[in-house]
Amino acid sequence: MTHGVSRRDFFMLAIGAAGAVLQDTTSVGRVYDPDRAGRAQAPVTAADNDKNVQALEKRLRCSCGCGLDIYTCRTTDFTCTYSPALHQQVLRMLGDGKTEQEVIDAFVAQYGQVVLMSPPRRGFNLLGYFVPGVVLVIAALGLVWMLRRWTRESPAAAPTMPAAPPPPDASPAELERLRDELDRLPG
Amino acid sequence: MTLLGYFSLWLALVVGLWGAITGFVGGAQGRADLQQSARHATFALFGALLIAVISLEVAIFRHDFSVQYVASRTSRNLPTFYLWSALYSGQEGSLLFWAAVLSLFAALTQLLTGGRYRVYLPYVAAVTSLVASFFVSVMLFAANPFKRLAFTPMDGQGMNPQLQNPGMVFHPPMLYLGYISITIPFAFAIAALLTKKLDTEWMVAVRKWTIVSWLFLSIGLLIGMWWAYVELGWGGYWAWDPVENAALLPWLVMTAYLHSVMIQEKRGMLKKWNLALILGAWVLSIFGTFLTRSGVIASVHSFTESPVGYYFLFFLVAATAATAVLYVTRLPLLQAEATLESMVSREASFLFNNLLLIGLAFSVLWGTLFPIISEAVVGVKITYGPPTFNFVNIPLGLTLLLMTGIGPLIAWRRASTANLRRQFAVPVTVGVFALLILLVGGMRDGWALGAFSLGAFVVGTVVQEFARGARARNRQYGEALPLAVLQLLSRNRRRYGGYIVHIGIVLLFVGFAGMAFKTETEATLRPGESAELRARDGHMYTFTHLGISQYNALNRQVTAALLDVRRDGKEIGRLRTEKRQHVDALGNRTFEPSTEVGIMSGLRVDLYVVLAGLVNGTEQAVFRFTINPLVWWVWFGGFVLVIGGLIVLWPGGAPVALKGSRASHVQAGYAVKLEAER
Ligand code: HEM
Repeated sequence: MTHGVSRRDFFMLAIGAAGAVLQDTTSVGRVYDPDRAGRAQAPVTAADNDKNVQALEKRLRCSCGCGLDIYTCRTTDFTCTYSPALHQQVLRMLGDGKTEQEVIDAFVAQYGQVVLMSPPRRGFNLLGYFVPGVVLVIAALGLVWMLRRWTRESPAAAPTMPAAPPPPDASPAELERLRDELDRLPG
Repeated sequence: MTLLGYFSLWLALVVGLWGAITGFVGGAQGRADLQQSARHATFALFGALLIAVISLEVAIFRHDFSVQYVASRTSRNLPTFYLWSALYSGQEGSLLFWAAVLSLFAALTQLLTGGRYRVYLPYVAAVTSLVASFFVSVMLFAANPFKRLAFTPMDGQGMNPQLQNPGMVFHPPMLYLGYISITIPFAFAIAALLTKKLDTEWMVAVRKWTIVSWLFLSIGLLIGMWWAYVELGWGGYWAWDPVENAALLPWLVMTAYLHSVMIQEKRGMLKKWNLALILGAWVLSIFGTFLTRSGVIASVHSFTESPVGYYFLFFLVAATAATAVLYVTRLPLLQAEATLESMVSREASFLFNNLLLIGLAFSVLWGTLFPIISEAVVGVKITYGPPTFNFVNIPLGLTLLLMTGIGPLIAWRRASTANLRRQFAVPVTVGVFALLILLVGGMRDGWALGAFSLGAFVVGTVVQEFARGARARNRQYGEALPLAVLQLLSRNRRRYGGYIVHIGIVLLFVGFAGMAFKTETEATLRPGESAELRARDGHMYTFTHLGISQYNALNRQVTAALLDVRRDGKEIGRLRTEKRQHVDALGNRTFEPSTEVGIMSGLRVDLYVVLAGLVNGTEQAVFRFTINPLVWWVWFGGFVLVIGGLIVLWPGGAPVALKGSRASHVQAGYAVKLEAER
């Protein structure tokens, strides 16, 4: 993320949001039974759609237990009451002039590290990030080392070929034929 | 009926234990009467469990709400389709389903295994009966599907709306079929360890089973992804959820096994390793069951907490320990019959293939467990979310893709430089060419570039293999090229079927990479208003809200929004997204309203629209619009993978050769070829 939402931008966004809510909706017909359509939604504001806000919310986990980040939860699970509230909290903090990092820090202070979708890359968490890769590299080196030993010990290593080597002047066409013959052999 | 079901569970337990005892004892003492009895026990076990399944289905279809399971999972107005799936939509029922399918597989194994593999059968019967008995005892003592309520409710609580989707009818059984069928190779492995008949023969006996269970796992995983995509509404199909990971683990291990077993068949090497993979895949399948049923890791699909977790933990520990002990005591009997000759050989490349697949499995397991580890070791709760999984696993996945191209290009035993040059020239050129085109086209996402160009490389290798084989046939038998390709496929199903599976994997990766180019926006629209969203390939999509309609369906009250969709101003169709308020037979609302996604799927992009809700009860609605590039290729790739798997599996074609028989001719032939190429 390069820049946050500045205070001035934010003020404009807030005005926009208020405007949207106050807008006259009577020109739109009411539906027969609003209750069956789930919880009523507030109109989307520019702040809701702001790329930086979204990116920030994608780094923070919703506390409802869904396992999703705040942005994904609030735009997917419309029965969740946590994610809209957390979203408002994010907006409020940004509106107070906090930088993105400060918002993240505030969330961690309030909810603990568990609120981060990816744990910070330091301390014990480094194990979480790098153990698989390191283990894999070590295992690969071990495998190479073992292969070397095996191939050196292998009695067949020197005289690889069966006793009677074939005439070495096979043409490419003959080789293709050989390949095909081999393909047709079982196995 | 429920009483009958309950009794048949008890009967199943008795018969299962009987089968286990007679199988082990009969096998150890060589007593034919006991062996016969163990065999018959597997049939009886299946009979008893079948009766239990039928009893439960009858209770479900009769809406017998005095049965707790029926009352808590179904309702009178649940569509018939979902009455079937209610059998396995909950903890108790799915345990029953599991045990019944296992007993079916066990009985089939007894019937279908013939000839020289018969020595293993008493032990196979014993192991399968024992495992089935475990599941039956969990039902009897902790999760009885036939448990009755003290009173009979008027109507059931209904099925969770998210499970009311065709995907959920097929996903669990497929996944279970995969999980469960691993028990058969596992049982053969245990039998081989117990009988000490550890030559490669037992592996040949179970090869079909391993591919069957690999195929079921693949289909189960794919349908699960599809369900998550069309039903959950967040726009993706893989969330690195513990439940998903638990299913991926055995799949990765089985995939490793499918490759490394080829070394054993051809060269008589890697016996210990292959055996360990089979045993490991089974242990992981039980581990996955434990993980998802115990609630140790809170997860979206986890079944609720219950004592079932402890049973599984106990079983997991006991079975793992017993297996490990048995394995270790037999290690001296597992000596390789050949040695490796070169680092640059098919054998070595399969070893690296295994390293990567097992490494990936470890990595996924590590990520799944790391929150627990962190909490236990340093007392800090953390989240190991999708961004972390991607960070750790995408590089591994791409390396695997690279190896999928390299492996098949390297000859058995020892590849010469000339041979390597001849094999690699074209595919590498194709890969580099693809990379350049994408770079010139303006693509900058590193991972996606990697996936696409490596994918092109792999496709290049497969096409080259097909082309060479077909040209040789054309020259030799004068077959037209299309016919020659078909002949290749039918003559050597394993090899060319395997290559088709690899193509499927490439397509899957292409689809995965598409997610890097997702775009989305939210909008509030009144009827007649439009929202615009530009896809990353430059096309502008316009969504016009046409209006909201409300109507009643069988078990739900629907609120539907209809949208007109245009690409660059030209109309391309309509999308519909819904809110569904489920109701019971009396019209009472049951669950909170659920959301149905509207999806328009295409080769380039999927348009994915979600109705968030209405503003002030009016037709003004809030939507989320997502453009998901290339998702279609995930499903198509999955389809290709399954087709390839079926080709590999199809009976007939070339029989499997064993080391020491005609396989040595093959090797001699390859040696001839290599010598000639020097
Ligand atoms: C997720 C990745 C992969 C999947 C799902 C997969 C799947 C398969 C399957 C199902 C087969 C047929 C097996 C049989 O006939 O018994 C096969 C064959 C094969 N695979 Fe893979 N594979 C993958 C990655 C790799 C990698 C990384 C290599 C690199 C060494 C590789 C090399 C081969 C070769 C050489 C064959 C054909 C062997 C023959 O000549 O018959 N595969 N693969």
